[in-house]
Amino acid sequence: MAATEKPPVTGAGPFNGLLTWVDQRFPLIQLWREHLAEYYAPKNFNFWYYFGSLAILVLVIQIATGIFLTMHYKPDAAQAFASVEYIMREVPGGWLIRYMHSTGASAFFIVVYLHMFRGMLYGSYRQPRELIWIFGMMIYLCLMAEAFFGYLLPWGQMSSWGAQVIVNLFDAIPLIGPDLALWIRGDYVVSDATLNRFFSFHVIAIPLVLLGLVAAHIMALHEVGSNNPDGIEIKKQKDPQTGHPLDGIPFHPYYTVKDIMGAVFFLIVFCVIMFFMPEFGGYFLEYNNFIPADPLKTPTHIAPVWYFTPYYSILRATTETFMWVLAAGVIGYSALIIRSVEARAVKFTVAAIAAVLLVGFFTLEPKVWGVVLMGVAVLVFGLLPWIDCSPVKSIRYRGPLFKGALAVFVLVFFVLGYFGTQPVTTMGTLMSQIGTLIYFAFFLFMPWYTRMDRTKPEPSRVTWEGVH
Amino acid sequence: MGRGRQLLVALLAAPALALAAGDEVPLDRAPIDEYDLISLQRGARVYVNYCLGCHSASYMRYNRLEDLGLTAQQIRDNLIFAGAKVGDLMKNNMNPNDAKEWFGAVPPDLTVIARSRASPAGSGADWLYTYLRSFYRDPARPTGWNNVVYRDVGMPHVLWQLQGEQELRTEVVTIPRGNDEEDVEKREVQKLVFARPGSLNPLEYDRLVGDLVNFLAYMAEPVKRTRIEIGFYVLLFLAILFVLAYALKKEYWKAVH
Repeated sequence: MAATEKPPVTGAGPFNGLLTWVDQRFPLIQLWREHLAEYYAPKNFNFWYYFGSLAILVLVIQIATGIFLTMHYKPDAAQAFASVEYIMREVPGGWLIRYMHSTGASAFFIVVYLHMFRGMLYGSYRQPRELIWIFGMMIYLCLMAEAFFGYLLPWGQMSSWGAQVIVNLFDAIPLIGPDLALWIRGDYVVSDATLNRFFSFHVIAIPLVLLGLVAAHIMALHEVGSNNPDGIEIKKQKDPQTGHPLDGIPFHPYYTVKDIMGAVFFLIVFCVIMFFMPEFGGYFLEYNNFIPADPLKTPTHIAPVWYFTPYYSILRATTETFMWVLAAGVIGYSALIIRSVEARAVKFTVAAIAAVLLVGFFTLEPKVWGVVLMGVAVLVFGLLPWIDCSPVKSIRYRGPLFKGALAVFVLVFFVLGYFGTQPVTTMGTLMSQIGTLIYFAFFLFMPWYTRMDRTKPEPSRVTWEGVH
Repeated sequence: MGRGRQLLVALLAAPALALAAGDEVPLDRAPIDEYDLISLQRGARVYVNYCLGCHSASYMRYNRLEDLGLTAQQIRDNLIFAGAKVGDLMKNNMNPNDAKEWFGAVPPDLTVIARSRASPAGSGADWLYTYLRSFYRDPARPTGWNNVVYRDVGMPHVLWQLQGEQELRTEVVTIPRGNDEEDVEKREVQKLVFARPGSLNPLEYDRLVGDLVNFLAYMAEPVKRTRIEIGFYVLLFLAILFVLAYALKKEYWKAVH
């Protein structure tokens, strides 16, 4: 029997016997070693490296509070709004659970956006970590779906009308659109049927997928090892005696104690918001959402919650006149590709795609293309591992072109986010359109400007100045 | 009465509303204080006497008013009419269909109105405080009342006997554009002016509305005081925990070279 070949567990005091028993029937010690005690992480992680573990913390907060909210919430159009107020007023500690969940939703996006930005700073998506990045993008998509479905549940005006606006986007799809939107809603307006199915997606369907993806994300990470702020592979410099990376330290205890410190700091910020400004100026809990949903009364200004607003801006930027700008962009960009590649087949394919797009731009409604652009704006991050052609990974050794491009991209993301919260104005639309162009230009021209950039040579060992 | 006091009375008497057509009404700051239990009790009294008949507060129970320093018996004796029990929700018996016929819309439930009325222009309490002091006589409306904060509102001025009647008058004001006395801009502004006094003087009326709005703000989030109080303890705990976590991290990381 294989079980007897394993050495007994030591060092767990009175639990040695129990753990030995478990270990002979389950890869307990192996998992512990591979993922914690002997997972060698680079020793030079900085501030940006807290957000991965913080994302797990927020996920746990959301699941734990969600379980308790589900015990008291009623997914019924006639009772949903009142049941949330019931949780806020009559369930002991219910207000705390609810505020944790509503603050946690926004915190999740803040943490995940910073986590993604870290990846862009240090080239964490580059070979061999492409799949980690792809899993991460899928997690981000799930998170958006989870937030969207969850936002309907309090059954306020913004819940209902936000869902109405987004589901109506499917209306724009040619041929099947109206039927598809009806099928998603289960009714002609956002109603009880919609609430019930969104509840089902929010509490079980999406979280299941999300948990699976998080596991895959971490497994892929631990297979290839973590990147670091220098963007170099620590596995290239190993201690000949032990075989461990020279610049690596065991995740446990070094990063467990460091991440605990980070988690406590995060919780301080989290609690300041949760206890003293749970609405966060109408950004975390929108004021209009304290009015019960009324399908007959359209609010004058419908804005999604802040974390969707950059994409909402892109959607609204796609007007009739903007289609001409897009058409010019497609012509120019396909010409650029056709000039810079050799293969005839590629040239032909690019020209064909461009032709189809151009015909589509002026035969389908601009709204359809707004939806397409919004979707592409989210998915385009997935291309980063292949469109970033820089010889170096980390921002530390990149040249001015990439640094400038990334700075402008971040600025544009905020500008788009801001205008997405505001009512439509001529100025706002123009700014959103310029922003949309810059947003896509960042990705579309990346293969060229990352190659042209004046990079610095990477060091062979990580930058390290003693205890931080 | 000192000069300052006189000025204050004059300012409060005309709820500083001078606006050009199309302007958003600037909101006055509501004088609310969730720790002033006496004000909250007075606000609750105004609510059950003047508001509850049409506006339910159906997520709120009468006995929650014990938060305001009242006993169940005091609540029963002073704040409950029409045979409700002290553990009941604060509902009314108005038929929604009748309400629609009378006012054009069903009067909204007011439990969380103070949260829903917040905007970048001011808190929900600010909006309510300004709104309840901005009714004026308008013969063109079915109820005979209109409001500068909420144009063509279906609600009549319920507190008119207390406040008296205001009218909206158009005045031409001259605004100097530069140092030259000739260089002025003439602009039409609308102003609320008192036409007939009510049973309260303007200061008393503002205080009554302030109490009512204080109560509405409390009712929108009864847990607010508890939330803030617990928040301080939680932060204190986390601050200590952070010091320990920092020391632990430092201790371990000594070994990393």
